[in-house]
Amino acid sequence: MTDVPSLAAAAQVNAGDTAWMLAATALVLMMTPALGLFYAGLVRSKNTLNTFMMCIAAIAVAGVTWALVGYSLAFDGDGDLIGGLGHAFLNDVTFEPRDGTTIPHLVFFAFQATFCIITTALVSGAVVERMRFGAFLVFAALWSVLVYAVLAHWAFGGGWLIEGGTRDFAGGVPVEMGSGFSALAAALVVGARKDYGRQALLPHNAVYVLIGAGLLWFGWFGFNGGSGFSTGNSSVLAFTNTLLCPACTLVVWFALDLIRGRQVTAIGAATAIIVGCVGITPAGGYISPGWAMVLGALVALPSYAVIVWRPRTRVDETLDVLAAHGIAGFTGILFIGFFAEMSWNGVADGLFYGDAGQLGSQLVAAVAAPAYAFAMTYALLKLIGAVTPLRGSDHEEAVGMDIIHHGEEAYATGEGAILVSTETHVTEDRPVAQPV
Amino acid sequence: MKMVIAYIRHEAFEPIRADLLVKGFPSLSVSEVKGSGRQKGITERYRGAELTNYLRPKVKIECVVAAGDVRLVVDTILQHARTGGVGDGKVFVLPVEEAYRVRTGEAGEEILQSHPDASSG
Repeated sequence: MTDVPSLAAAAQVNAGDTAWMLAATALVLMMTPALGLFYAGLVRSKNTLNTFMMCIAAIAVAGVTWALVGYSLAFDGDGDLIGGLGHAFLNDVTFEPRDGTTIPHLVFFAFQATFCIITTALVSGAVVERMRFGAFLVFAALWSVLVYAVLAHWAFGGGWLIEGGTRDFAGGVPVEMGSGFSALAAALVVGARKDYGRQALLPHNAVYVLIGAGLLWFGWFGFNGGSGFSTGNSSVLAFTNTLLCPACTLVVWFALDLIRGRQVTAIGAATAIIVGCVGITPAGGYISPGWAMVLGALVALPSYAVIVWRPRTRVDETLDVLAAHGIAGFTGILFIGFFAEMSWNGVADGLFYGDAGQLGSQLVAAVAAPAYAFAMTYALLKLIGAVTPLRGSDHEEAVGMDIIHHGEEAYATGEGAILVSTETHVTEDRPVAQPV
Repeated sequence: MKMVIAYIRHEAFEPIRADLLVKGFPSLSVSEVKGSGRQKGITERYRGAELTNYLRPKVKIECVVAAGDVRLVVDTILQHARTGGVGDGKVFVLPVEEAYRVRTGEAGEEILQSHPDASSG
């Protein structure tokens, strides 16, 4: 049997690893609707559906662009800046194991696709409640290729960062800093909501926010735990660190809330979960559980500071993607440079364990990724804005995105609604209170 | 004493509230209401059903003031609520016979709007 080449190659696929990666992929895909719920709870009720739909749209648009060219540009070849087109249209993505892993290339592709999708969805948090849905679809399609795929190539796919020694376990560069600093650029180009700074713009359902955060954390076990592409040590380490780090972030966030306002807030807790998960994302497979807990505590501080400071500015980066993802991802990436530990990860030591060079590599990533994400997103949105309006009129914003862009309401009662019959045989001119 | 009842667009409420506060009329009640008028309905689609909803959300403001203040209050509302489009709303003025403050049992015009203690709250 072993003289058949395809079987010999297939033998390299490990059943246990593949089983876990199939499950992990599904977990990460679930994070995008979970993010939709999280974001939808944070906006006003008239924009609930639109906000959720931006996340669903990311699955649609980025899922397609990833299969067409995104995956190839990120993971084909080891060009410094960008990959090749060898895997475009899923060319040569088969049951054979992906190089360097023991899982089928198809599973590797699908796992990475869910990363591109959630990252594209994350950026929407900066522009909710005013960006036109059509313009967002165009933006999502281009952003997923021009920003996400490029950063994924740099950090994961053989680009200059990973070749230069930057360690990024599950996406501090492309996912967290990529989305966070793109969000800042998007908020600046699209501009603030018309009522921003004039009226209280409150979250309309804090329970959605908590459920969304809980589901995101659940999915994050696949996100970080799957980023070792196996059931090996690094995956196990990242999995457990994904439990410990956010727990510590929660504790510190509670303390910060108590100091600042004498009350522990629920939306603060939901935010802390995200910040903790983001912090451990780059570092999960590289640091010990003890240091993961320290990171969890530490990562709360800069993100909390930015969340308190940002609403006092004119920058309506509405759902604080920069603070929760950009800043926390930045903290996590740098943390590796200090506290990565060879005895835990088998590949790298940080400054604290004798390798100052690792910190240098992490610093390069912590500067390059935000700079690229910000500049490219800024230019991209300026370009799209020159072709089609990025936002609607003040009147449309007042009515709400749900009715304007989707023709639906999240909390429709049917009161006062008259069915417009599309069936030709119904000629009776009688209003019907409820759709049948 | 008169009661001013205004049905207005949501976005008009905040400027009206702020302006009335400055002019010395802090006391008012607000409710979310739905109404139908000449403003055209919203078309919505849920799966196969297409429907038009003629009930549009509005804000209702109720405010009791001394008869001499009615003009000022109504003008303030008209100024901020008018966009010129169909659906700006309506304002009604009704007579009020008596008024009591629950906390003290005081009666009459003195209990309307500005109270000596108001600034301490």
